Amino acid sequence: MLSRTADHLFWMARYIERAENTARMLDVNMSTSLLPQSAEEAELGWRAMLGISELEAAFDAKYPLLSAAEVLDFMVRDPTNPSSIHSCMHAARENARAVRGSLTTEVWETHNDTWLQLQAKLAGGLVERDPQELFEWVKYRSHVSRGVTIGTMLKDEAFFFIRLGTFLERADNAARILDVKFHDSGDGQELLPAGRGNGIGHKQRDFYYWAAVLRSVSAFEVYRKVYRDVITPERVAELLILREAMPRSLAACVNEVCANLEMVRNSRSGEAERRAGLLRAELRYGRIEDILQRGLHGYLTGFLERIADLGGRISQDFLVPLSAN
Amino acid sequence: MNTAFDEMYTAAGAARPHYRGYETWLDGKSQETMANKRAEADLVFRRVGITFAVYGEAAGTERLIPFDVIPRIIPAAEWQQLEAGLRQRVRALNMFLHDVYHGQDIIRAGKVPAEQVFRNSQYRPEMHGIDVTGGIYAHIAGIDIVRAGAGEYYVLEDNLRVPSGVSYMLENRKMMMRLFPDLFARNMVAPVAHYPDVLLDNLRSVAPQGVTDPVVVVLTPGMYNSAYFEHAFLAQQMGVELVEGQDLFVQDDAVFMRTTRGPQRIDVIYRRVDDDFLDPLVFRADSTLGVPGLLAAYRAGRVTLANAIGTGVADDKSIYPYVPEMIDFYLGERPLLPNVPTYKCRNRDEMEAALAKLPELVVKEVHNAGGYGMLVGPAATRAEIEEFRAKILGDPANFIAQPTLALSTCPTYVESGIAPRHIDLRPYVLSGRQISIVPGGLTRVALRQGSLVVNSSQGGGTKDTWVLER
Repeated sequence: MLSRTADHLFWMARYIERAENTARMLDVNMSTSLLPQSAEEAELGWRAMLGISELEAAFDAKYPLLSAAEVLDFMVRDPTNPSSIHSCMHAARENARAVRGSLTTEVWETHNDTWLQLQAKLAGGLVERDPQELFEWVKYRSHVSRGVTIGTMLKDEAFFFIRLGTFLERADNAARILDVKFHDSGDGQELLPAGRGNGIGHKQRDFYYWAAVLRSVSAFEVYRKVYRDVITPERVAELLILREAMPRSLAACVNEVCANLEMVRNSRSGEAERRAGLLRAELRYGRIEDILQRGLHGYLTGFLERIADLGGRISQDFLVPLSAN
Repeated sequence: MNTAFDEMYTAAGAARPHYRGYETWLDGKSQETMANKRAEADLVFRRVGITFAVYGEAAGTERLIPFDVIPRIIPAAEWQQLEAGLRQRVRALNMFLHDVYHGQDIIRAGKVPAEQVFRNSQYRPEMHGIDVTGGIYAHIAGIDIVRAGAGEYYVLEDNLRVPSGVSYMLENRKMMMRLFPDLFARNMVAPVAHYPDVLLDNLRSVAPQGVTDPVVVVLTPGMYNSAYFEHAFLAQQMGVELVEGQDLFVQDDAVFMRTTRGPQRIDVIYRRVDDDFLDPLVFRADSTLGVPGLLAAYRAGRVTLANAIGTGVADDKSIYPYVPEMIDFYLGERPLLPNVPTYKCRNRDEMEAALAKLPELVVKEVHNAGGYGMLVGPAATRAEIEEFRAKILGDPANFIAQPTLALSTCPTYVESGIAPRHIDLRPYVLSGRQISIVPGGLTRVALRQGSLVVNSSQGGGTKDTWVLER
C-alpha cells in the first residue's frame, strides 16, 4: 500500500488510543484527588500527570495557577495542546479523512461521528458537569473504533498498520500511567514514595492509589481474579508489565507490535523487528523481582525510550515515502 | 421572465403522468414526517462526511451541499432521446480533440476558426502528435443540460476536464432509498449504484497497449480540495489507491507509486488535478500537486491519463458554439441535442447584437467555470450590466452571451414549504472501448427564489434524479 496511506492509518490509530489513555489518566487522577488530602498534595498529583505527559512547561506557560479545573481544560478541550482529547480525536479524524478510501465505511463513519459528538459534548458543558462521564465516553468511542476495525476491515496491510499504531501507542501510554506516581519521587529507587502530609495512613492511601491505577487500565477485577489476594504494588507492577494475558500490559502490547510488524515486514525492517523481538523476549522471560531491584522508574524510562526508538524505525522503514531506488 | 416549464405540474396545475404516483405518495405524508426525514438526511450526510470545502473560507471548513428530498423524475422515452444525444455529442467531441492534436482537418475545412483553437489557453501544444489509447481524450464527460420553453432540452455546457458531482448522484440515491424505501418499491427507478464498476471497467479499457492487468489509481490534489470526498469515494468504490502527487514518481518514463514494499508501477491515472498542475517540469513550475516527468511518461505511451491533457480546448465556452458543426463534420449527423443559441462576442456583429439587449442576456466569461464571472442580465443591477458592457468591449473574445433561458423548475422544499425552483441536469458519459451512461445524473437546484445559478459554490442544492424504466 501507499506509504502515505500507511502513515495516516498508523497515526489515526495512535491518536484515538492516545485520547483513550489521556481519559484513563485523567480519570485515575480525578479519583485519587477525591481522597482526603491537602491542596498541596492534590496539586502534586496533577503535576505528576502533566509531567509524565511531558506537558508541564506548556501548561505553566498558559495557566498561572494549577487546579483540577484548569488541568481538565488543558487536557480535554484545549486545541493548542496537541495531547488534549480534543486534539487527539481531531487528529484521528483528519488522518482517517485523508485515507477514508482505504477504510471501510463503518470505520470512517465511526471516527467522523466521534469527532462530531465530541464537539457537541464539549459545547454542551459535559467537562464541567461530569468529567468522568466524558472519560467513559472517550474510552467507549475508542473501543468502538477498534471493534469496528476488527469487525469490518480486511486483514491486510491497512489493518496491520492500524494495529501497529494502536499497540505502540498503548505500550507507551501504559508505561506512563504506571510511572505517574514516580515521576516526582527523585531517585526512583523506591517502589513506593514516602507519603506526604497528614490525612489517611500511607498504607491505606497506597491501596486507594493502586486500586485507582488498576481501574484506570480496567484491571481491578482482573487483579482480583488473577491473585485472589490483597493489592500489593509488586503484583500490580507484575500484572501491568509482564502478564501477557492482560490486554493493556506492556508484554501484551509488545507481543502485538511484534506480530503486526511481522505481517508488514519489508526488506528494510529487519532491525526494527530484531529490536521489537528482543523487547518481547525480555518481557516474556523477565521477573518482576529483577525489575523492581533495578528500580521501576528507571525500568519504565528505559522502556519508553525503546518504544520511541521503535516508532522512529517504523516511520523510516515503511511510512516515509521511499526514494526512487 | 415568462413562466418556466415545471417538471412535475402542467400549467393547469395537474401532476404530469410520470409524477402522478409520486404526488399521491407525497399527499399521504404529513408535513411533520417529511420534516423529520429532511432532518435525518442532514444528520446522515454529516456523519458520512459528504461535505465540500468552500474556497475563501478557513482551511478545513466543511459544508454540506443542501439535499432536497423531492426527486427529479425523467420518463423513459425522454431519457432515451437524451442518451442518444449525449452519445453522439461526446463521440464528436472526442473526435474533435483527436483532430485538433493531429491533422486539424476541421480547421482546414474552415468549420472552426484556427485562432479559436490555437490561441485558446486550454490548447496544449505539448499534446500534438501524441496517440492516446483508443483515440479517447474525454474518458469522463459531464454534460450540463437544461430544459426551457415548453420543455425542450438544451446542452448548456460540456465539462471535459475533471467534471465532478457524480458522487452526489450516487449518495443522493442511497439517501432516498434509506429515507423512503417504499417509494422504490412502487416506482420503476433505473439503478445507478453500478457507476463505479462501469468507471473502473472504462479506465481499464484504456490502459496503455500491451498492459493486460492494469494498475489504476485516482490522483487527488488532497483532502483540502473541494471535491476531496468524491475522489476518496470513487477510489474506495473502485477498490483502487487514492494517490497524491507526492506519492508518485517517474523513472525511465514509467510512473511508480511509493508503497510500504517499495515502488509499484501504475498504468492508468484517473486524475482529478487540473492540467496546469500535473507536471511542474512542463506546466506550472510551482505546482506541488503533480509529478515531475509525468508528461514524458505520457508521451512515451507508458501511462494513460483520464482525462487526457488538453481536453479543455473542446469544452471552452468559446468552442461550445461550434459543437453542432463538429457533429456534422465528423459524424455526418444532425445534432440530437441542440445548443443554446449563443452570441460569440468575438464576432463584431454578434457582439453588437448582444450589447443591444444585455439586460435580457446571460453573459459568461469563456474560461470560467463554477458560476464565477457571469452576468445574469434580468437579475443584475444597472451598474453590474454597465460593468460587464465595459468588460466585453475591452476583451470581446473573452465573452459569450446567451438568452436567459427560463430553466425548468421542480417542486423543492424551502423555508415556507414547497415551491418551484430552477434546476439543471448533469449526466456522466464514460468513453473507452465503448460509451457507457448510467441512467440519471446529478440534478442541481437553485435554492433562492428566481435564481438560475445552480452551482454548489453559489448556494445551489441537489436532488435525486430518477430515470423511469417504463
